Amino acid sequence: MRAEKNEMELKFDAISENEAFARIAVAAFVTHLNPTMEELADIKTAVSEAVTNSIIHGYENWQKDALPRGLSGEKSSEVPLIWIKCRLERNILHIIVEDKGMGIADIEKAMEPLYTTKPEMGRSGMGFSFMEAFMDDVEVESVVGEGTIVRMTKKIGLDSWIADGE
Amino acid sequence: MTGSDFCVIDNCLMIRMPEEIDHHGASIISENADRYLMREDVNHVVFDFERTRFMDSSGIGIIMGRYRKISCFGGRVYAIHADKQIRRIFSVSGLNQVMEVLEV
Repeated sequence: MRAEKNEMELKFDAISENEAFARIAVAAFVTHLNPTMEELADIKTAVSEAVTNSIIHGYENWQKDALPRGLSGEKSSEVPLIWIKCRLERNILHIIVEDKGMGIADIEKAMEPLYTTKPEMGRSGMGFSFMEAFMDDVEVESVVGEGTIVRMTKKIGLDSWIADGE
Repeated sequence: MTGSDFCVIDNCLMIRMPEEIDHHGASIISENADRYLMREDVNHVVFDFERTRFMDSSGIGIIMGRYRKISCFGGRVYAIHADKQIRRIFSVSGLNQVMEVLEV
């Protein structure tokens, strides 16, 4: 018997080392649903994009501020945090990726394919496009100066698809 | 995580991409690649994805950035050993239009 509902939460430092941790943790959370390799890769990519966005855009100012302070020998400010909440409702995965960073002034613009504020960093501007391509639904909520919440949904598990068809 | 390896064969820079390609390791790959691209004898770049099990849009950024650097001199970018998921990522990104994905 499969539980109707299953939830988990992660809270971690907004550093790039944790991008791999975040996507692998979310992928591990859904393995009992027997997702296909493709579904797992889709989820990992979408989580990786959202977490990367929080680190390089949401907390962009923190990174700029933190470095000189660290170099001058003073104690640098505390590392900001990223929250991930996952909820499984039967075979539907809901993922929330949240930061308390600078927020996005123009969400529509930010979600345009190839639009990036960081071409010099080698960013492709495909982050939100990838989330939208690999998840069933993506919603972005953001307040400038307060942070950003990305909500993503995906139906998973080949078994569930077959069961639904019966 | 295993890193990326570089070697020059004829006028091609071959880059063995790492197991996981994300923002964390992307800039070091780009920087190293650009050092090779400064050499006059290097015209084209071949990205080898044989070892790669994960890639997000950071990988697209690496390839697009190198393409911009060499395309004005007639250079081309190629991908080899790309699995199904990596090919999906190429097609979503539209990178297929500038990069040839070779069957090896």
